[in-house]
Amino acid sequence: MNHLVIAPLLLPLLAGVALILLRGSAAPVRQALSGAATLALVGAALALLFRVSNGEVLVYQLGNWPAPFGIVLVADRLAAVMVLITALLAANVALVTARGADQAGRYFQVLFQLQLFGLNGAFLTGDLFNLFVFFEVLLIASYGLLLHGGGRDRTRAGLHYVVLNLIGSTLFLFAVGALYGQLGTLNMADLAQRLAELAPADLGLVRAAGLLLFVVFALKAALAPLHLWLPGAYGHTSAPVAAMFAIMTKVGAYAILRVYSLMFGPDSGPAAGLIDPWLLPLALLTVAIGTFGVLASQRLAQQAAYLVVVSAGTLLTAFGLGDGAAVAAGLYYLAHTTFAAAALFLLANILGKARGSVHDRLVAGPELPHGQLLAGAYLLVALAVSGLPPLSGFIGKWLILQSSLGSTWMPWVLGVLLVTSLLGVMALARSGSRLFFEIDPAASAGAAPCLGDLAAPLLLVLIGIAMVVYAGPLYEFSQAAAQQLVHPDAYVNAVLQAGGRVMTR
Amino acid sequence: MEALISIVVGILTACGVYLSLRGRTFPVVLGLTLLSYAVNLFLFVMGRLTIGAPPIIRDGAGDYADPLPQALVLTAIVISFGMTAFVVILALRARAELGNDHVDGEESPR
Repeated sequence: MNHLVIAPLLLPLLAGVALILLRGSAAPVRQALSGAATLALVGAALALLFRVSNGEVLVYQLGNWPAPFGIVLVADRLAAVMVLITALLAANVALVTARGADQAGRYFQVLFQLQLFGLNGAFLTGDLFNLFVFFEVLLIASYGLLLHGGGRDRTRAGLHYVVLNLIGSTLFLFAVGALYGQLGTLNMADLAQRLAELAPADLGLVRAAGLLLFVVFALKAALAPLHLWLPGAYGHTSAPVAAMFAIMTKVGAYAILRVYSLMFGPDSGPAAGLIDPWLLPLALLTVAIGTFGVLASQRLAQQAAYLVVVSAGTLLTAFGLGDGAAVAAGLYYLAHTTFAAAALFLLANILGKARGSVHDRLVAGPELPHGQLLAGAYLLVALAVSGLPPLSGFIGKWLILQSSLGSTWMPWVLGVLLVTSLLGVMALARSGSRLFFEIDPAASAGAAPCLGDLAAPLLLVLIGIAMVVYAGPLYEFSQAAAQQLVHPDAYVNAVLQAGGRVMTR
Repeated sequence: MEALISIVVGILTACGVYLSLRGRTFPVVLGLTLLSYAVNLFLFVMGRLTIGAPPIIRDGAGDYADPLPQALVLTAIVISFGMTAFVVILALRARAELGNDHVDGEESPR
């Protein structure tokens, strides 16, 4: 077995445990340890990605228990690239927290590492109940991170977030229980096989369980009408946490892609295409609703949160189109939007501090120290987020639009995405002119921003620029990953054969 | 027996849903607790109801109880117990910081 597969889980888990033990030590020690663990995670994720880039599906049987009985970790192209996106994002967020954003409590870095543990576990696991457990791990860590620093708005948003996710967890368990009761297994590859041989009489319960799972994943992915928790939670938490949460909606999108391509894909027998009537219309609705939120936002952080809703909708539109090209376009867009949204959250915080008492409210404010530099950074990030050329958002959206051309939904996809893109550009341009050009002489500016603070958002934009320069190879990789998803036989065979091989040994 | 358990799960779920839609944090917490009880029972019976059979397969043993739901429900109980503790603390903190126990942090106008 290749132990590289479990490295992205062990690194943050061990770092988190070590950080608990070191809770009394000086902040720089904890930051250094956390940062080193995150950098090591980037290395491990890169190694894993190169290992699986030839199309091999790595299966890691925990405790060497054979596959359908024991729990497996599975690394294919999609899982590896999700781990890498998480690690790169985390490295940039660690850069921000090392500059003092973690000082409001002792356990920030612990929670941060455990969040990474949960995220990587959710991407790598090949077992449905284990997916639930890793969802809980990442949610528990996210509750702590969300509330970090306290305050009225944060507590109120946190209460909604926690209660909604607890109900989501309960629904997840109902779905898992019903699937187990009908199919007698929880291994996703094994589930896929047994679903194909399902008796028609048992179909109803399995369909109900599959749709319940869809509700849970839609809640995580912020698909309308289950997106209502997101703007409050993301808009009121601290900037590094909001930036890290840019990957959280993608966990839901990933779970939808993984579970429904594997278990309810086109070749999966009687329950095929279970969520097809729902996913695409709801995704387009999400884009539209999110855009109205972007237009109506009163604060830049809130606007960034609504842009996360829009990006979640755009992403699920691509996944909802369902064929290989659309999924590949979605994967490229997923990487782009994670980095771009994180950069916008970080920049909103820097601007908020520089604007003193008006903070990031979109009203006339004081003349900013280093105003031109900040405005330049805002222009770059806004270009990336809104999907204008020459940055990566444009390529991502263009690929999605192109992949929709053959679909019967083409007019809707083109109409909604193009109109909302235009409205998004207008909203961001209006915010920019409010923030930088409308001067209220009575307002007093805050402390001049430390230029080092701009490093993390600009690095994130730089990743986006690298995604434009290497768009060709990256898109080829996305296409290969999408092919693995559209034809899940290799995944199923790898998992079940790994089990068979150990059993006969 | 199956019918009785189904009715119990149904009643617990209905009460849980009703309570978690209330406007104050205490009923909401109670509702979440009832929901988690319901799902624990549901998971438990998913391996079918078996009486007086060991959860281990041996050679020659005809009847056995499915051990997996028991392991699953143990995990689910631990997680829901921890989350209930967390949400109780969060509700108390919200009460202290917002000055009331309404889930939206402000009394609705009458």
